[in-house]
Amino acid sequence: MDEITSVFVQESREQLAEMEAGLLRLEQNPDDGDNINAIFRAAHTIKGGSGVVECHFIEAFTHNVENLLDNLRNGDLAVSPEIATLLLECCDQMAGLIEVLAANASAPDAALTASGEALTGRLKAFLAAAAGGEAASALPLASDPTVEVESSGGGIVLNDSWHISVRFGENVLRGGMDPLSFIRYLATLGEILDIETITDAMPAAAAMDPESCYIGFEIQLQTRSSKADIEQVFDFVRDECELRILAPNSKLSEYIKHIRELPEDAMRLGEILVRSGALTQAELENGLKGQRQSSAEPLSADDEPAPPPPLGEILVDNKVVHQEVVNAAVAKQAQVTDKKTKEARLVRVQADKLDQLIDLVGELVIAGASANLLAQKSRQTDLVEATSVLSRLVENIRDSALQLRMVQIGETFNRFNRVVRDVSKELGKEIELAISGAETELDKTVIEKIGDPLMHLVRNSLDHGIEPVAVRLERGKPACGRVSLNAYHDSGSIVIEISDDGGGLNKERITAKAIERGLIAADATLSDNEINNLIFEAGFSTADKVSNLSGRGVGMDVVRRNIQSLRGTVDVRSVEGEGSVFTIRLPLTLAIIDGFLVGVDKAAYVIPLDTVVECIELGSQTAERNFLNLRGEALPFIRLRELFEVPGAPPPRESIVVVQFAGQRAGIVVDQLMGEFQTVIKPLGVMFRHLRGIGGSTILGSGEVALILDVAALVHTVTRNEQQQLLPGRSHPAAVTHHPSHSLSQH
Amino acid sequence: MGQIVQAGPARSGAMTGAVVAASAAPAQYLTFTLGGEMFGVGILNVKEIIEFGNLTEIPMMPTFIRGVINLRGAVVPVIDLAARFGGKSTEVGRRTCIVIVEVPDEDARHDIGIIVDAVSEVLEIAGSDIEPPPSFGARIRADFIQGMGKVAGKFVILLEINKVLSVEEIALLTSSEITAEAAGQAATN
Repeated sequence: MDEITSVFVQESREQLAEMEAGLLRLEQNPDDGDNINAIFRAAHTIKGGSGVVECHFIEAFTHNVENLLDNLRNGDLAVSPEIATLLLECCDQMAGLIEVLAANASAPDAALTASGEALTGRLKAFLAAAAGGEAASALPLASDPTVEVESSGGGIVLNDSWHISVRFGENVLRGGMDPLSFIRYLATLGEILDIETITDAMPAAAAMDPESCYIGFEIQLQTRSSKADIEQVFDFVRDECELRILAPNSKLSEYIKHIRELPEDAMRLGEILVRSGALTQAELENGLKGQRQSSAEPLSADDEPAPPPPLGEILVDNKVVHQEVVNAAVAKQAQVTDKKTKEARLVRVQADKLDQLIDLVGELVIAGASANLLAQKSRQTDLVEATSVLSRLVENIRDSALQLRMVQIGETFNRFNRVVRDVSKELGKEIELAISGAETELDKTVIEKIGDPLMHLVRNSLDHGIEPVAVRLERGKPACGRVSLNAYHDSGSIVIEISDDGGGLNKERITAKAIERGLIAADATLSDNEINNLIFEAGFSTADKVSNLSGRGVGMDVVRRNIQSLRGTVDVRSVEGEGSVFTIRLPLTLAIIDGFLVGVDKAAYVIPLDTVVECIELGSQTAERNFLNLRGEALPFIRLRELFEVPGAPPPRESIVVVQFAGQRAGIVVDQLMGEFQTVIKPLGVMFRHLRGIGGSTILGSGEVALILDVAALVHTVTRNEQQQLLPGRSHPAAVTHHPSHSLSQH
Repeated sequence: MGQIVQAGPARSGAMTGAVVAASAAPAQYLTFTLGGEMFGVGILNVKEIIEFGNLTEIPMMPTFIRGVINLRGAVVPVIDLAARFGGKSTEVGRRTCIVIVEVPDEDARHDIGIIVDAVSEVLEIAGSDIEPPPSFGARIRADFIQGMGKVAGKFVILLEINKVLSVEEIALLTSSEITAEAAGQAATN
């Protein structure tokens, strides 16, 4: 895939996301003209881009979508739920087509083509209806839905000429086109009443490229030709220029739209009003009459630009120009400045360049640690000081480099608007999605991998959590269910909450099912929390019937495994009848962690620092039992020497590192404690993917490789082994079941 | 000893190239000794040769996985070939080396180190001088042997390195080892 195509694919995905968000808003608020425009622009950008990369299947399909949107924009068609649904489906189709392009395929497969044709057929049906409607009533009526935007009367601006606004693209001259020839040709269609040349895009002489075209025109044309005929004039430069055509007697809302869409910035208010034709001769005359009355100064009623700011006020005072038109123009000016500052603050960087930087920073951290080690060995105070300054800076660089990879979770959350809409329609439930904490930042790789588990949890809440409307009303809840997504930082980790106000988890059913599946003993007494968390066990599903959304019983344990592979945890709290809250806790980053270095024999191991609670000395313990009395608590511990079968006798003084994870505590017996260490995680590779208890590796300052302990998996392995040894009749297991916790080597 | 040879990374067609070359043009092999025997691997698979040292052992792994080393920032697993062939593990001596070879696995490539007693030389062996492996008697799995190269009246066992170091197979072996260990521990009680 060449660069242009990859940029196109990337941008189209963004445009599609915007389009989808817009369409969802459209359903809520069908009269929002700005929104329709934004959707149209997104579709138009995709179509234009696909023309540039010569991807004709996208261009052809998008063309029809764009036509329909154009009809919505012009008010020829009213927004209906059917149209919104159709457009959303078109969105999916376009996404599918873009993936085809991304996969470097030359044409979409049969299924995609078929669905594309079906959608095109439906689009055409709507288009035909729109065209028919247009023919029946030549003049758009004031009862048109889009008119509701306007607060003051009238609705239709009285002028009998077309308003054409054209901005030629930079490449028009290079393509051998003469802008003037289009104007001349336009004149053959009718009478050009007024033409104004727009040169705002013209840069300073030094920066100007004489081969580029910077001009545009605002044209008032009186003609009997149709819109299509006028468009045809500009056919040769259709992709290169921005063309807007407003029909005679257009509604005010269209002028408002037009003002917002004009590419020029910082144009004076009055000029915008005049140029866009919002003021007809008569209206302008009225405005000017008001001025004349106050100043007794005779003025000719002309289309010339009038003194701008006072004119705007006078016109509003005289209710000639509607407040909306002025507001739109003001908003446009503000928007332009906003956009400028925003653009300047963003830089698009390729992800692999960023990854390379992180890798390099990782090397820097390792090299820094090595320099530190040498400096301390040399016992030169100056050198030690210098390296400690250096390592502090390296630490800062590490933090800022990692910050670069942080992305806001909002985008991921927003995707669920669509999911909630589709699923709730499918299920016939009324559900709204509330999103908070969208600005919480999270490592890019984590964001990419959290999508699937989140999707599953949200679908689960929609399907199993929220009750049908009748049940809700019976229970005295509002008919509309509510699913919320929330994200926030909490002491070095990210917490994502998925909550619903549905029925909650049914403890009896969970217990019954768990006993049936042999997950717990029949006489086991469990806390509510333990019961709730049983749903994450493999092969567990309490849904009475399997729906196509969820409930296949592979769900929750896969969710948990995915989250654990990101070194995260998932937990559920639930109150029966009131709803449930799923809490996902994730580390801030996957690449570098703070570790605690311990030694066993000659080897060094890293324990993730966030799991370490304290370190104590292992006193004279009897070797038989592996637990000790920690301030009244029976703390089980693992002897690493034993587990890793390290030969030789242990040193006289051993230490215990007390670790805590998922509310459980355990001790790890090691030979020596070597202190904190910034750990750059290096994956161990596929060869070691079955290795449990080792989460990955890192490189020490000395250049040696140290292994990172996966504390949870380690404890789990030991527990399992011990149970297998002690449980009667289970001493020869066929295979050790895979522990859900994955090693870091699999990332 | 440091680095003796540094060959460029094997290109994608290298392995098939080696097989084709075996029947026609002479191909180059890096020869080394292991337990007194002479072995050869196609030079295009070999990335570099380094001195043995700084090896970190990985617990709970079969004996033929000796551990991992830090190869300029990358963590590379090291395989004990002698143990992989079913013999005793290699004693580390003065001339012990680690040969870093590149092995394809589906669409990725992995660097893996192999421990050898000593590296000898790079030999050019013509396809006509390569005999098919004996059906038995070599005491090495037949699919590990690409052919028997004749050099100065002696045989050099040319290894099918993709089979010997099959990442997939090794991963499977490690998992069965872990299982067997757990079962073994259980059985002892």
